[in-house]
Amino acid sequence: MIKALTFTFICFISFYSCSEDKDDKVTQANITLNFNHSWNNTPVTNMGFNTVQFINENGEELSITKLRYLISRISLENTLGEKFTLNGYNLVDVTNNSNLSFTPTNTIPTGTYNKVSFIFGFNNEDNYNNNYQDLNSASWFVPTMLGGGYHYMQLEGKFIDNTETETGYAYHAIRAIDNSGTTPVFKDTFFEVNLGEITISNDTQLNINMNIAEWFKNPKTWDLNILNNMLMPNFDAQILMFENGQSVFKLKSINP
Amino acid sequence: MKTWKFYISIFFISSNIACSNKDETPYIPTPSPLNIPELFENNILAPIIPVNNPQTTEGVLLGKKLFFDPILSQDNSLACADCHAAENAFSDSNRFSEGIDGSLGNRNSMPLFNLAWNYDEKFFWDGNTFSLEHQAFVPVTDPAEMKSTWNQVEQKLQQHQEYPKLFQQAFGTSIIDSTLVTKAIAQFERTLISSNSKFDKYLLGEVELSPQELNGFNVFMDETRGDCFHCHGSDKNPLWTDQIFHNNGLDETFSDLGLGLITGDPADNGKFKSPSLRNLAFTAPYMHDGRFTTLEEVINHYSKGLKNSSTIDPLMKKVAQGGVSLTAQDKADLKAFLLALSDYEFISNPAFNNQ
Repeated sequence: MIKALTFTFICFISFYSCSEDKDDKVTQANITLNFNHSWNNTPVTNMGFNTVQFINENGEELSITKLRYLISRISLENTLGEKFTLNGYNLVDVTNNSNLSFTPTNTIPTGTYNKVSFIFGFNNEDNYNNNYQDLNSASWFVPTMLGGGYHYMQLEGKFIDNTETETGYAYHAIRAIDNSGTTPVFKDTFFEVNLGEITISNDTQLNINMNIAEWFKNPKTWDLNILNNMLMPNFDAQILMFENGQSVFKLKSINP
Repeated sequence: MKTWKFYISIFFISSNIACSNKDETPYIPTPSPLNIPELFENNILAPIIPVNNPQTTEGVLLGKKLFFDPILSQDNSLACADCHAAENAFSDSNRFSEGIDGSLGNRNSMPLFNLAWNYDEKFFWDGNTFSLEHQAFVPVTDPAEMKSTWNQVEQKLQQHQEYPKLFQQAFGTSIIDSTLVTKAIAQFERTLISSNSKFDKYLLGEVELSPQELNGFNVFMDETRGDCFHCHGSDKNPLWTDQIFHNNGLDETFSDLGLGLITGDPADNGKFKSPSLRNLAFTAPYMHDGRFTTLEEVINHYSKGLKNSSTIDPLMKKVAQGGVSLTAQDKADLKAFLLALSDYEFISNPAFNNQ
């Protein structure tokens, strides 16, 4: 009788041990997005702010005094068509050297993904359906007269204008709105940044670069003498930002 | 033998009880969390309360007594409240505050309210001091203010008839030092919450704004007119400040470097902290140096009076034209809106007055 009980006990333990081993094989990993910045091939940090040292495609010399932008909805799609969206959003603040790395709280299964992407700004659902206390505290909101919601980016600085005068610019990206008629007309200007295919076997860091020069360059050459301020209510300017923004982010490397 | 042990035991128990009774008032401070206003709760992050200085009823009461007591100054003539008067939203109606010997500072006294929501915890116009507790250290020894020493203040408080007991009740010790003094003052200052302006009540659906005030709000939020919201909050940020340092175009050259003096970075020269626009009805004169005595002057500055300099903020648009060139009507309406941010209940709140 005792032998039988012992045998049963050993079988029970063995069974559950096997179960645990099986669970361990379903591995999960954290993804971290590291945001780096450059002016074409020259790295940019806040240490290089406040000095007129960059030249844009239109030939204007300029400085950067502030740069912060919002990214959200980091998503990964595998070859089976399964989509994993990671929690949260991140206000990258280059001016204060904060939030340059972002690790969402939830993990994803290891494996190969044929598409990793994030949203620049907020999509409309995220932009209008929530009241974000952290973003309000950071004065990141958009006035109700411009549709409400939140900024996507604030890029500010000085440029030498065509009268050789140092002049401020405030390149603020929001959802485009045309208030000229009786009814406001909106156009979506958030966009998806596709970082391409990656294989994740462990916790992984994606090193992403924003080439700031692209905001002024591709496909439309930006003329700061014309477009330097009061751009939030400027529908056409927002569309230009949307078009030029498509090429600013690139996945540079993956660790490990 | 047993009898001897019995008497020894009785002796120690009695001694113990006697010692307990000899203790001063027991340290049982009453937690007193801040009453967070609805608009703050809904829209912005939680206030900053240091883990080593929680709000207590006894701590706040002690802090209030200290705030109004000139004992902190060298000659017992000047209290915190003398340069931070309740009727001025805890600011000074004088351009520069007068120290105990009549000397003047070079900046206008900052108003005190909603200080627990200063997320970066940088205090003063140039952000030279981190944390509210540390801020309270400064005026006591400033030669242009209370001109005292902490050693002197500690001794005066220690010899005072009431303070040792009040510190015992608030912090569990009757040994008074500067750290506890500033902790108590900071606790009181954190209770100075202003959230009952006409505009707050409008947002809560309790009152209506006049057409003039509504248009003023639109001027404030309109990037092509006032564009005030980038630095001064909105209906989504009831602090009415971004708490960041800006050069708002007051001067072409700087006699006061502001933030630049603290960081040593020339790019910060002429930058000062955006003040809250709450309670402007009580906080004149305006700007870091109190150069403007009226709101009209302030609005005219942004409309036509901007001066260019190397560090002027890019948000100060149309500098070459002197500013945003508001119409007379927009200026008047903007002023009406700004005054609707004033909180008359705050300045008359008996909890904040020396009564």
